[in-house]
Amino acid sequence: MSLINIKIEGIPYQVESGITILEAARQCGYDIPSLCTFNHGQCSQGSCRVCLVEATGARGLVASCVYPVAEGMEIRISSPKAVKARRTSVELILSNHNKNCQQCAKNGNCELLHVAKLTGARENAFTGTKTPTTYDEVTPSIIRDTSKCILCGRCVARCQEAHGNGILGFENRGFSTIVGPAGNRSFADSPCLLCGQCVSVCPTGALMEKSEITKIDEAMAAGKHVIVQTAPAVRASLGEEFGMKVGTPVTGKMVAALKRLGFDKVYDTNFGADLTIMEEANELLARIKNGGTLPMITSCSPGWVNYAEYYYGDCVDHLSSCKSPHEMEGAILKSYYAEKNGIDPKDIFVVSIMPCTAKKYEKERPALTTNGLKDVDVVLTTRELGNLIKRSGINFAKLPDEEFDQDLVGTYTGAGVIFGVTGGVMEAALRTAYFALEGKEYGPVNFTEVRGFDGIKEATFVLAGKEIKIAVAHGMKNAKPIMDDIRAGKSPYTFIEIMCCPGGCINGGGQSYVRPALLPNEELDILDTYMAKRAAALYSEDERQTLRQSHNNPQIQQLYAEYLGEPNSHKAHELLHTTYVKDRVRFK
Amino acid sequence: MQRLSEAAVKQINEICDRHANDKTPLMMILSDIQKEYGYVPVDVQEIVSEKTGISVAEIYGVVTFYSFFSLKPKGKYIIGCCLGTACYVKGAQQIIDKFSEILGIAPGETTEDGLFTIDALRCIGACGIAPAVTINGTVYPKMEVSQVPKVIEEYRSKEA
Repeated sequence: MSLINIKIEGIPYQVESGITILEAARQCGYDIPSLCTFNHGQCSQGSCRVCLVEATGARGLVASCVYPVAEGMEIRISSPKAVKARRTSVELILSNHNKNCQQCAKNGNCELLHVAKLTGARENAFTGTKTPTTYDEVTPSIIRDTSKCILCGRCVARCQEAHGNGILGFENRGFSTIVGPAGNRSFADSPCLLCGQCVSVCPTGALMEKSEITKIDEAMAAGKHVIVQTAPAVRASLGEEFGMKVGTPVTGKMVAALKRLGFDKVYDTNFGADLTIMEEANELLARIKNGGTLPMITSCSPGWVNYAEYYYGDCVDHLSSCKSPHEMEGAILKSYYAEKNGIDPKDIFVVSIMPCTAKKYEKERPALTTNGLKDVDVVLTTRELGNLIKRSGINFAKLPDEEFDQDLVGTYTGAGVIFGVTGGVMEAALRTAYFALEGKEYGPVNFTEVRGFDGIKEATFVLAGKEIKIAVAHGMKNAKPIMDDIRAGKSPYTFIEIMCCPGGCINGGGQSYVRPALLPNEELDILDTYMAKRAAALYSEDERQTLRQSHNNPQIQQLYAEYLGEPNSHKAHELLHTTYVKDRVRFK
Repeated sequence: MQRLSEAAVKQINEICDRHANDKTPLMMILSDIQKEYGYVPVDVQEIVSEKTGISVAEIYGVVTFYSFFSLKPKGKYIIGCCLGTACYVKGAQQIIDKFSEILGIAPGETTEDGLFTIDALRCIGACGIAPAVTINGTVYPKMEVSQVPKVIEEYRSKEA
């Protein structure tokens, strides 16, 4: 890579050739106001004109996100002409924007508001007609409000990059242009996975999760026995809501906060994850033994289940019939826990804190009930939990570290913790399957072959003299070739883990926003490293556990001995397993 | 998908195959479908999506971007009224309003009998004969409001 000489504000710098002015400026310590935090200061469109600068050799002002640096180029960011032009660009975007910022849930994370402040955009500098609004709040997961959309196309790109055949696109043209599923349908009427990746990248309030905080207020006011459980990935991201570095593990503080929020019990979904492994590993062994449908595929990720039902309805028998961990935990809370504590299951209200927007939809699935009661009543995202804590006046950073409630369904193993990252469910299942087949624990504990962020990971293990080929995929783009092989009857695998979001739950659509422009204390390459940082938080928590295999969880053993009998018993099936839909209509 | 007949699905698949080797086949496929069926509804877009691997959202975006494509069936006779600058100053708005009034449909809509569609066009490059109207390729130069009923009658009588 060759270096070239440029000047910014008259000061000489050396930068790599071929990069954009925006990226070069960032490397030299200048943050040009822009809406281009999506991808290394590169934008495929260059249409928002927020990042205009003066550059020698160019006619007029140039959009720094698309204009490459050249030898000898002199760049002026602060010239009156450039400053004025950037302000005008933002004012023009604001002229077609619904500026009810105080009510907007993205307030605090809004990049448009950020650049408006930076450029000094004046209120209502331009007024006129606005594009007619579509407000879609039909699904339990995601709200689309086109009055907030600035047509940047990040959601369109993310949906396509993650899932191959994306469901979002630009429609109509000129002033009528909007972004949405084909035909401006609701997400509910299109094959949307509800994963929330679009919400993660949306710079404004155009795409948001559907908040359920008030339902908790109502349940507490009604005197319900309100139990909260937290997914493993949440602890790796929640700190970011309070200005901590990306990937800071905050398990203890999170528990402390939840105990101060009035929940009757604070449990870890990791118990549910351990239970899932017991059921799933034994389901796999039974399928292998009895000639059942193979390969078997994990079913923890509701976005993935949606994808399977929409696009591979003929293959849903390959999915494990196991409910996802938080649904299992909910089912146990409303049966075993209720009986043990003498509480009417109707009075138990289960809240799940999840890194996920699809889980909000999942809890509404008719098949996820126990004795007519929903296993889980409310799902909050990591971000919503952040809001709940802030609302209650808790100073998160000053909280002590506290422990989850330990009674009945409170213990968990390291295997449960790593569920939150791609490869984690597979590794947890392998630890238990190894024990079941070999009669001893796997010496090194870790199955490092399934770690990392490659789109598709493969490995072969010899268990009890039998060769077992496995695969791990994340992002539906990577699931597609695996599913096509299964459909064609030529899949070489026995067991497959699939998670919907790229990177797994640590990068779920309900996790804290990673917005470089709003994270001045992170490195420039934070978008490349945040997943690994969050994953490291989970792997280190796994390492710290004394118990690291699900089958060694004493309360899991007790649950089977006292209540469920064997894994995959009749009772276990009633409470912990589910069914899938073969013929889901994609476009209604 | 069950909303389309088997024959239609087969034909759409054939159209997609025709352009299978094109570098960017979408415009050609949609154009052929538009020509042969008169419109490109979403269930047809789904088949094109499956054949080409291009998302329905993207196909829908293309269909709604170009006025040549239509989501609803167009009439047998497409009345294109130019509303470009030259035609507009020569009274094209009154012409299109008259068509709308007589046919009882707004621009972009189709009459219930499926005979007429009114399209509002931007400049069609015939400024010398403004205001210009085209009906299925036939150009009507220097249109006057008083001629509109006669023109409509001309096509209706063909069908009688």
